[in-house]
Amino acid sequence: MKIHEYQARDLLADAGIPVPSGKMVQTIEEAEQQAKVLFDAGNTKIVIKAQVHAGGRGKAGFVKLVSSVDEAREAAKFMLTNRMVSPQTGEDGLEVKRLLLAAGVEIEKEYYLAITVDRTNNTSTMIASAEGGVEIEAVAESNPDAIHKTPMHPLLGLEPYQARQLAFKLGFVGKQVGQAVNIMMRLAKLFISSDASLAEINPLIVTPPTDEHPNGLVLAIDAKFSFDDNAMFRQKHIADMFDPAEENPAEMRANKFDLSYVALDGNIGCLVNGAGLAMSTMDIVKLHGGEPANFLDVGGSATEEAVTEAFRIILSDKRVQGVLVNIFGGIMECDKIARAIVASAKEVGFEVPLVVRLEGTNVAAARKILEAARSEIPSMTTATDLADAAKKVCAAVTVAV
Amino acid sequence: MAILIDGKTKVICQGITGSAGATHTKGCLGYGTQMAGGVTPGKGGQSDDNGLPIFNTVADAVDKTGAIATMIFVPPPFAGDAILEAAAAGIEVICAITEGIATQDMIRVKAVLNEYPNSHLIGPNCPGVITPGRKVSGEGATATFENGCKIGIMPGYIHLAKEDASTGKAVGIISRSGTLTYEAVWQCSELGIGQTTCVGIGGDPVKGLNFIELLDMFNKDDETDGVVMIGEIGGSDETDAARWIKENMTKPVAAFIAGKTAPKGKRMGHAGAIIGGKDDTAQAKIEVLQSCGIHVTESPADIGSTMAAALGV
Repeated sequence: MKIHEYQARDLLADAGIPVPSGKMVQTIEEAEQQAKVLFDAGNTKIVIKAQVHAGGRGKAGFVKLVSSVDEAREAAKFMLTNRMVSPQTGEDGLEVKRLLLAAGVEIEKEYYLAITVDRTNNTSTMIASAEGGVEIEAVAESNPDAIHKTPMHPLLGLEPYQARQLAFKLGFVGKQVGQAVNIMMRLAKLFISSDASLAEINPLIVTPPTDEHPNGLVLAIDAKFSFDDNAMFRQKHIADMFDPAEENPAEMRANKFDLSYVALDGNIGCLVNGAGLAMSTMDIVKLHGGEPANFLDVGGSATEEAVTEAFRIILSDKRVQGVLVNIFGGIMECDKIARAIVASAKEVGFEVPLVVRLEGTNVAAARKILEAARSEIPSMTTATDLADAAKKVCAAVTVAV
Repeated sequence: MAILIDGKTKVICQGITGSAGATHTKGCLGYGTQMAGGVTPGKGGQSDDNGLPIFNTVADAVDKTGAIATMIFVPPPFAGDAILEAAAAGIEVICAITEGIATQDMIRVKAVLNEYPNSHLIGPNCPGVITPGRKVSGEGATATFENGCKIGIMPGYIHLAKEDASTGKAVGIISRSGTLTYEAVWQCSELGIGQTTCVGIGGDPVKGLNFIELLDMFNKDDETDGVVMIGEIGGSDETDAARWIKENMTKPVAAFIAGKTAPKGKRMGHAGAIIGGKDDTAQAKIEVLQSCGIHVTESPADIGSTMAAALGV
């Protein structure tokens, strides 16, 4: 589960990590008020950022640095009344409902700091680099030595000595060291206590020296978090931050029925039980020249109703020109799938070719059900194995095109 | 032989009175597994529908039944605790079927399990482990078997014991997936290739036994003639295993990696199946596996035939 930048900033601030002052607003008037508050507090610049999960905000004009209340008002008006179009949003773009207004800060140097689940070491690992503010993947590619990885103890978390080592490696000096260590320790605690799967501060910055702070101040400017869906039962505070408007509607609909669905770009709808088999079914469709329209795992214990809903979701995608059902019954009983196919045929209708491959638990009963309903589902073909099924659905779609 | 479990292994079920626990206890009994009882705190002293004794704690169950293996169906918030209870009671094979355990729980569980070197965790979020038994009678789903051990939710009848295999060969199967494992098993059985033991290691990022530990066991097992390895996108388990295979494995390995068509950054069902960096992709893994001498198939329909060719049958 992902959250917005303003929510991530709030989490950091609540954890005692310094962030520039700022506030989320939802109207042009609120933006104007907040801009006034920030300028009155002595800030000379403020940054206005559209709050959407999609990237590419800067290039789309949805991140702006302004130096007056009038400019702030204009920027807020632009962002709240235009749709944001970026390579990550698709042609239609996204409606922006929330803005973050924050004090603009002078930057002396940028760093990268993150924690993620480290499956190789079976723990959580802190990742840091003195080359911040850019895509960390690009740094990993061009200069892997500039990235420092510190596995945290699985039971004790990050130890202060580890944070100190890291702070010195990153080149912090003087009073910066204590500030950086404090931020690392608090971020590590927050990561564990909130069941995060990614906590990223990019950039972490040092401000220019002043008389009061000769080494500058270490601050978190931008933050990104995602959380472990499996832990949300004990993280109500985090779960409440979920914004359904940021999700694909078909994927949300599928979630309600415990179906795991991911929309893709092709024209062959796939209905499969099990994640590995569902991915493999997409792979074999592609291998035979087709393009999968989706990943759909109905799971092991789906009801007949959930499977029928799965067909509704697949068929509501207008690009779908053929459907492949691939079930290897284990906990899932094949006859349940067969009954759902017949029910869906009656309710939604299979106007596109349907290829069905069933194997495993209760397959004999399932075949009988489908045979009896054959006249009601003229577009249905049965397949003997996985390769046969993929060939048949690809051939049917090619003909249909 | 086989690895981890055989026809004599005594098994209990943690969460035996829940609907999944009850269903699959019955399924395992039906396959011929030596189910010895179950655990549901507060229901100790009762019996389940099959007449198996229920205990309050795993320690009681081990004490009274001599079980050395467990099958866990406890709900996700309590499953990590159930794993540790089993290890503390001396259980050697802990099979966690439960899907949806929080990653931070598994990180802690995994660290504590280091204190119990004799306990092997399989899963979580996995179909379980099976050492196929010999067929006694019947065909297809109605066949009956003896001297096998099924711990988990897989359909038993698709498996083939070495003694019943027309090729006289048997392989070990290790997989991150559930139903895709069945697909691989079924293809091997159809070609007359038996299985010594099939292990579903699960689709989560932090888990128990991994490819390398199991490859090592299969390498040392006299009955195992080769290994089928089923991987998927995400992480580096398969490439780590490939390098180990190149150095140590004396038996042929066939492999398939699921998710060649998966888009970057999208979680494909399993918590662990997500492409993060460029080494996480199916294509990157396939290339490393091939360079380490593993027989990789690009089609999930050719897993069995790829293994057959590698075995020379």
